[in-house]
Amino acid sequence: MTKNLRVKSSEYIDETNRISFKFNGKTYHGFKGDTLASALLSNDVHLVGRSFKYHRPRGIMTSGSEEPNAIVQVNPGTNRTEPNVRATEVEIYEGLEASSQNCWPSVEFDIGGINNFLSPFFPAGFYYKTFMWPASFWEKYEFFIRHSAGLGKSPTSNDPDIYDHRNIHCDVLVIGAGISGILAAKNAAKNNFKTLLVDEKNELGGSTIYENNEFNKIDNKSPSEWLKKEIKELKNIKNLEIKTRTSVAAYHQYNYLLARENLTDHLEVKDKTNKIRQRLLKIRAKKVILATGALERPLIFNNNDRPGIMLSSAVKKYSEFYGVACGNKNLFFTNNDSAYESAMSLYNKGINVEAIIDIREQSESKIVKKVKEAGIKVYWSHTIVDTTGYKRLNSVSIMKLSNDGTSVTGSKISISCDCLGVAGGWTPAVHLYTQSGSKLKFDEEKQIFLPNQNTSKQISVGSCGGDFKIDEIIKNLNQKLKANLNIKETDLDNIKVEIDQENSKRNIWLLPSDKPLGKTKPFVDYQNDATAKDIKLALREGFRSIEHVKRYTTTGMGTDQGKLGNMHALGIIADTAGVKMGELGTTTFRPPYTPLTFGTIVGRNVGKFFDIFRRTPMNDWHVENKAEFENVGQWKRAWYYPINGETMHQAVQRESKAARESAGILDASTLGKIDIQGSDASEFLNRVYTNAWSKLAIGKCRYGLMLNEDGMVYDDGVTTRLGENHYIMTTTTGGAANVLGKLEDYLQTEWPELDVYLTSVTDHYATASLCGPNSKKILKKIIPDLDLSDENFPHMSFKESKIGNIQCRIMRISFTGEHSYEINVQASYGKDLWEKCIEAGKEFNITPYGTETMHLLRAEKGFIIVGQDTDGTMTPIDLQMDWIVSKKKYDFIGKRSLYRSDTMREDRKQLVGLLTDDPNIVLEEGAQIVSELNQSQVEMLGHVTSSYFSPNLKKSIALAVVRGGKDMMGKKLFVPMENKNINVTVANPVFYDEKNERLNA
Amino acid sequence: MFLINCPYCGERDQQEFKAGGEAHIKRPKQPTELSDDEWAEYLFMRKNIKGVQFERWNHTHGCRKWFNMVRDTSNDEIKAIYKMGEKPPA
Ligand SMILES: [Zn+2]
Repeated sequence: MTKNLRVKSSEYIDETNRISFKFNGKTYHGFKGDTLASALLSNDVHLVGRSFKYHRPRGIMTSGSEEPNAIVQVNPGTNRTEPNVRATEVEIYEGLEASSQNCWPSVEFDIGGINNFLSPFFPAGFYYKTFMWPASFWEKYEFFIRHSAGLGKSPTSNDPDIYDHRNIHCDVLVIGAGISGILAAKNAAKNNFKTLLVDEKNELGGSTIYENNEFNKIDNKSPSEWLKKEIKELKNIKNLEIKTRTSVAAYHQYNYLLARENLTDHLEVKDKTNKIRQRLLKIRAKKVILATGALERPLIFNNNDRPGIMLSSAVKKYSEFYGVACGNKNLFFTNNDSAYESAMSLYNKGINVEAIIDIREQSESKIVKKVKEAGIKVYWSHTIVDTTGYKRLNSVSIMKLSNDGTSVTGSKISISCDCLGVAGGWTPAVHLYTQSGSKLKFDEEKQIFLPNQNTSKQISVGSCGGDFKIDEIIKNLNQKLKANLNIKETDLDNIKVEIDQENSKRNIWLLPSDKPLGKTKPFVDYQNDATAKDIKLALREGFRSIEHVKRYTTTGMGTDQGKLGNMHALGIIADTAGVKMGELGTTTFRPPYTPLTFGTIVGRNVGKFFDIFRRTPMNDWHVENKAEFENVGQWKRAWYYPINGETMHQAVQRESKAARESAGILDASTLGKIDIQGSDASEFLNRVYTNAWSKLAIGKCRYGLMLNEDGMVYDDGVTTRLGENHYIMTTTTGGAANVLGKLEDYLQTEWPELDVYLTSVTDHYATASLCGPNSKKILKKIIPDLDLSDENFPHMSFKESKIGNIQCRIMRISFTGEHSYEINVQASYGKDLWEKCIEAGKEFNITPYGTETMHLLRAEKGFIIVGQDTDGTMTPIDLQMDWIVSKKKYDFIGKRSLYRSDTMREDRKQLVGLLTDDPNIVLEEGAQIVSELNQSQVEMLGHVTSSYFSPNLKKSIALAVVRGGKDMMGKKLFVPMENKNINVTVANPVFYDEKNERLNA
Repeated sequence: MFLINCPYCGERDQQEFKAGGEAHIKRPKQPTELSDDEWAEYLFMRKNIKGVQFERWNHTHGCRKWFNMVRDTSNDEIKAIYKMGEKPPA
């Protein structure tokens, strides 16, 4: 039977709505409004996990997103399971299941716990030092480490939930709905600023709504009562949008922020279905008001990590907000007054508070007096030197602290307890502030980092700006609001605040023990098990930069990014190295502030929406005829058309033969098409292509090669002169957008004087490429009126015609070496054109072929494919295409670079053909080429770029780039593979129909 | 993510733009007259300043116009934006 530690009814807990949930297989009860942490605590469950390295038992430490220990797997074994979730943030619902992580076989008995007893052997850098030698043992080590480590399990099935993105533009974004955030948002909205207020919690009000210090008053009311009234009024304010359960993950430049809005995680499974689970808000704000509050600091002392040791502020929140006592015998350990408020919260509910241990000499505040009057014992100038209790704290021992705070004296007192609230002061939550690029300054007096140099239009208000007392908060908030929003009057002008003034604090980063440091375990980073002695060891070993110490000791490297312990790590480094905190700098806080799910990041861009894709107008025909597709850029292109269970090889061999022996047809619609018009169009082409264009007659086509300014081949294609000042350029499928961009760049920035207009028309036309000895007969059947004689319509020319009523442009050009025509029609007639060609070609056994056959056919002819046979380091000379480089033209893009000493080297890699000595062996594309075998080191001369078995030549053919290959015709080389060496001979890259006789066949 | 004030379209998200390297590097009018070193200076040498830098940007997913930007690369503050052919601010 578990104990019930629910001690008070709370307005935030609905005790009429009882909820059952499972933790580590056992059923517990809580109420609507509970988090998993508060519900477990109400059942007296503290032990929830094991630490990462030593597998030490760990309990719930905090009540918020900064939680380092209570990290659980939610709904294990289901398709909605999620690892690394903070129990302090999970709102319970009927049927919720959760389990501990990082323990095997169970959290109660964890075999890895033996690491704790071995811990002298696990110092900082242990993994770096130990598992490096011998290197060959790494695989064995890795198996062992991975088996015992690990933070949770990823889901193995598809995520059933929907995720969403939304863009928000606002005048003012307020982050954090504590007292300062609420007042800031209210006044911004009232002054006609479109305002968005976000908070990661499900309730507004931050810590002030459960504030219990009776000596603090706003307008003669308790701050919590006063704030609740303010919250009620928010509903009636125009211009104000409020989002709860919304955590800001990243703050980028120009006030661009990403936030995750959680919509269904708190609902029962049956209510989650078909709803958006999480939404990524992309917020662009004119001004940002950071009201992110402060995180309480723990204290660093020996064995400060046992289940039952918590932040004092968390003890207070569980008591005041959730109505849960965290223990029956409570103790507090503090360096400031805030623990006294937590103690009074428990005392007022009749819960036993054993004592308060205070490292200060004294404090005169009213709340301290009140504690004394209540009869609670206070040990001034004392510190905890050790704790006991393996799975739950059961006692602490304390000793008197020396005046300088570095040692302890006197006799040891042992106090039995089951919960210890630790209060080490407050650290402003400046994570988002620094993410924005703004700079911090260390305040030596308050021992905190504060906002200093803003880079964006932003202000930090409340405790994240360094104001901790309600009077300071309201006064400074009022000033900042007026200055920043340029407003004259606010609601805050006439507020009367009374507070408990005392504010003394004694800051000691590492508290001493009676044992030497080497024999103690003062944890700084709970999640990664980094202790103060690890940090000191790193410094002894010579690490100085805070970023290096952090990586070496893994401090702050966990999923919580060390929200609790980073300040102490810095403090210990500063004290040990004898420097000031401000001189050390801080570590970098990187987005996300709290972990995001992959679902939230990708939103709706999953499955077929992952990337946009493009289909040609003929696509339906390809699908109906069982084509296999390949991705070319964003295009889905028909790859090959297998029939009767053919393999790809069989299909491609058949298609290639058919295209040369009778007729083939290719969907070439994806080729980039750029319409070029203007009185300087010819001059423009002269400048962008390597060859001359001025003399190209109207109605003629020409192949062009385009270089980068560095002389390397960039793109190629055929351009046709349609009229005096009108051309149509084709580009490679993948290069279309970049070519247009590059041409626009030159036109707009280098040659604005040219009268030229470029328009992308790729999507406007559908193109069928008809090829083979019977292509002319097929075209004749479709367009009987057109004179297809070589005299009227020779190779490399163009005709405008009609197929029935459909206007078409026909280019007699060839990428296969066969007699062929590229027929272009308006895109919407593409499928009709295709079907007409297929119908007319039936008697010639017209064979549709895909990109693979296209590649094979052009390789037989030695035609390059830019991007396959070139890689951005090939000049036209390297490609043995000197014929296309004009010697007469004064200039064109890349010309000067062809005469650089480097591009003129004779031993550059050059394009050649390769034939295997055994005609049946097909080389692998990418295979390396050498000239010698049986040497310990051989120079790699180049590699194979294209390789096929040619059905028309009945042998294997390949294109390759080889160092100095131009002068190697007939030379024997080798292609060494894993199990064999392949003998090859350098050949002419034009394997088929060298004299181009088939073009006019 | 910057907010960029395209001189033709107005303020747009950085996603719509592409950076195009250092500005005010003029393509030589007579490249063939240049020595290898002079040509290399134009082709390869870029300042890559930490601080105020003059850059070219293109509104690729908008008006497709090129323009110039003065940006402090140390904090990404955009100091000025002006059209191609206009004089850079002092
Ligand atoms: Zn624009």
